[in-house]
Amino acid sequence: MVRQLLHHSVVRRGTQMVVTLFGVAVFVFIMLRAIPGNQITAGLGTEAAALTPAQRAALESYYGLDKPLLTQFFGWLGNVCTGNLGVSSRSQQSVLDMTMHSLPVTIELAILSIVLGLVIGVPLGMLSASKPESPRDAIGQTVGLAGLSIPAFLLATALLSVLAQVWGYNPNGRVFAPITQDVLLNLQQMMLPAFVLGFGIAAPIMRTTRTAVLDVRSEDFVRTARAKGVPVRRLYVRHILGNALVPIVTMTGLQFGYLLGGAVVVEQVFSIPGIGRQVLLGIQQKEYAVVQSTVLVIAVAFVLVNLLTDVLYRVIDPRVRAS
Amino acid sequence: MSARTRAARGWIAAVASVAVLTLAACSSPTSSSTPSATTGKPGGSLVIGVTSDPDTLFPWKATQFQAVHLLENIYGTLTEFDKNLNVVPGLATSWDTSADGKTLTLHLRTGVKFDDGTAFDSASVKSSLDAIKNEATAAVARSSLSAVTSVDSTDASTVVLHLTAPDAALPANLATVNMAMLPAGATETALNTTPDGTGPYKLESRKPSQSITLAANTAYWGDAPTLASIEFRVIPDESSIVSALQSGNVQMAVFDDPLVAKTAEGPNVTVTKTPQLSYHVLQLNARRGALTDVNVRLAMQCAIDRQQVLDTAALGEGEVTGPITSPAYKSDPKARPCPTRDLAKAKEYLAKAGKSAGVTIDTIVSQGEYATSVNEAQNLAAQLAEVGITLKLEVLESGAYVDRWIAGDFDAAVALNGGRPDPDGMYGRYFTSTGNLNKVAGYSSPELDALFAEGKATADPAARKAIYTKISDDLENNAAWIWLFTSYTYTATATSVRGYTPMANGSLQSLRSTTVG
Repeated sequence: MVRQLLHHSVVRRGTQMVVTLFGVAVFVFIMLRAIPGNQITAGLGTEAAALTPAQRAALESYYGLDKPLLTQFFGWLGNVCTGNLGVSSRSQQSVLDMTMHSLPVTIELAILSIVLGLVIGVPLGMLSASKPESPRDAIGQTVGLAGLSIPAFLLATALLSVLAQVWGYNPNGRVFAPITQDVLLNLQQMMLPAFVLGFGIAAPIMRTTRTAVLDVRSEDFVRTARAKGVPVRRLYVRHILGNALVPIVTMTGLQFGYLLGGAVVVEQVFSIPGIGRQVLLGIQQKEYAVVQSTVLVIAVAFVLVNLLTDVLYRVIDPRVRAS
Repeated sequence: MSARTRAARGWIAAVASVAVLTLAACSSPTSSSTPSATTGKPGGSLVIGVTSDPDTLFPWKATQFQAVHLLENIYGTLTEFDKNLNVVPGLATSWDTSADGKTLTLHLRTGVKFDDGTAFDSASVKSSLDAIKNEATAAVARSSLSAVTSVDSTDASTVVLHLTAPDAALPANLATVNMAMLPAGATETALNTTPDGTGPYKLESRKPSQSITLAANTAYWGDAPTLASIEFRVIPDESSIVSALQSGNVQMAVFDDPLVAKTAEGPNVTVTKTPQLSYHVLQLNARRGALTDVNVRLAMQCAIDRQQVLDTAALGEGEVTGPITSPAYKSDPKARPCPTRDLAKAKEYLAKAGKSAGVTIDTIVSQGEYATSVNEAQNLAAQLAEVGITLKLEVLESGAYVDRWIAGDFDAAVALNGGRPDPDGMYGRYFTSTGNLNKVAGYSSPELDALFAEGKATADPAARKAIYTKISDDLENNAAWIWLFTSYTYTATATSVRGYTPMANGSLQSLRSTTVG
């Protein structure tokens, strides 16, 4: 019976995922064709006006634009199902190959940013919540507000130019080194973008932590624990934070999902060849296969992170496990 | 203190020390860290910061700035431009035109080889020119060969071009990389991964969206290229390129934005500004609405202070210009009707057109294509409003703008158009009634058709200059468009870079004689 139920929920979850991904695929396909311009005008710009009808036809056939939309869509989707994500005519690289290079970079950046966000956000949230409306709360709130209100591009550009100008230190001015090739250089190149993103993420994490901790703190079991003489630090870390984790995990999961979509602005400023830049370049060049396939990969990543977050709830919260 | 807490503290201390040591180790190698910059070969290795990767490596279809100027270093053309934009020999050592002007005979350089080792000869010229003429190739320079009926190779080092009519602009038209000579049988797909040219440098490696490295072509026919290698490093954000210049990671970059260029100046970086052939213009469509009346167009001409547009939109960084921007044929901006702003005259023209009550002009403006477009449009609108002409601005994303521009679907368009060294190549396609951009230009006349034909048939430089001055005057007297100004490009180089000369057409060809170190 239980196995049947589990089976049922897995099937339901799987169907939901497939439907979501199909919806994303259709939406992106339509959006790309709805925006003005195509690969010919993106490449040639106003020079495309000088094309003769025969030249235009030759280019449409070269880029596959002469095929009916349905053929284009299902041809692409069919290829994706067999693992062929298409080819970028700009770099003559397969999208799969491009993604194999850019996705790990984005995942690394996302993990580093989330870790930094948690390291800054959770202690700050707990500090604020430990004595609401006090100076320490004000400090926490101010840092949180700064994280929310300083735009990433500003912080990124300021950090980069100050370090380069004053100390001549600019690891991001060198060709990007994947972590598998040069760990030290890679970490240097990731340090600043991860800090900029982590600082931005720390703000919502800090606020969520503060609210959750304040909520849990007023519950009966905390009073009981305090009455039983549990030390303050243990009370906060084991009892309060442990129970406040669910909203923090939700928030972190959401942020992580967004980061997997690529932090375009930060990737641009720090020349990080992540997945966000891959999509942006694809859109600029109207490389339909690149954008469609990459967005689908991002959607899969997002769905998986959501799934992982749900699984984490079960680990953290016995109530969810029981239900 | 419990044992557990002590252990935790120990861990934290260990991690902190490792982090500090790592950072200390990381911060020492900075500017000298680019391995290619320290190879110590004769001319050194140069790293150029660029905002994007070339969108194609196929020279016949390249129009993007990065692609064109990268490919100029890999491919050879029959003729070339020198630094003053005069046509000089390239893969053709000389050329003669027949007495009736209908045959152009090119004498080719011998002993030249493509990167793959095959010989360059008349067969490669014939196959290249035939392919460019073939519509199925979709080569962007096809119209430059419209007068060419056939190409014959009489022997291995001689090619004869048969023309329908004389074309004095042809030698200049052969100098662009869109007319690059390719080996017979080369395909676009193959060349997009493995370029095969006769230029001073050849492709060494490419990391898509990150960097492209060229190495000196030791078999180059001219003086041996001085740099051992050139890396075009992609740094998408211009201000990050400035940071990379300041930290010594890149030694050269070309900027369009004067504000960015200003931030790059410093003790180790020199910025040189070069006037460009491209021009900022308010294109008018004389075949639509009120603009069909020359008096309305002249009223606009008189109501605009170009210097004011330049000052407000581009910080005064540029020069007011007439139609022709190439140094040898330059138009005199003072020769136009109302060389200075004259509101009374503008109102007079409007009255003559019976539009004293005012007119409305639908104007398209691109956002994001170049920095000054929207500011130019707003200033133009403000100036024209003073005589009752309303510019209804439609600010469009660049894809939407290009679509409308191509369709000629506008009364007026704020544009930044590319210029060419030869005035026929620059405007023949716009302002002759059969030109392939005439629909976009929105203006032609029998007089202009005759003048352009005369210009093509005239080989003598002084006589040609006189003809193109007449064309320039005709365009301004009829206010075909409102020409505004030309701007600069800013070449930032580290002090270690020597021998680089920027050119008005943006070409990086002087990299073949540049050194670093």
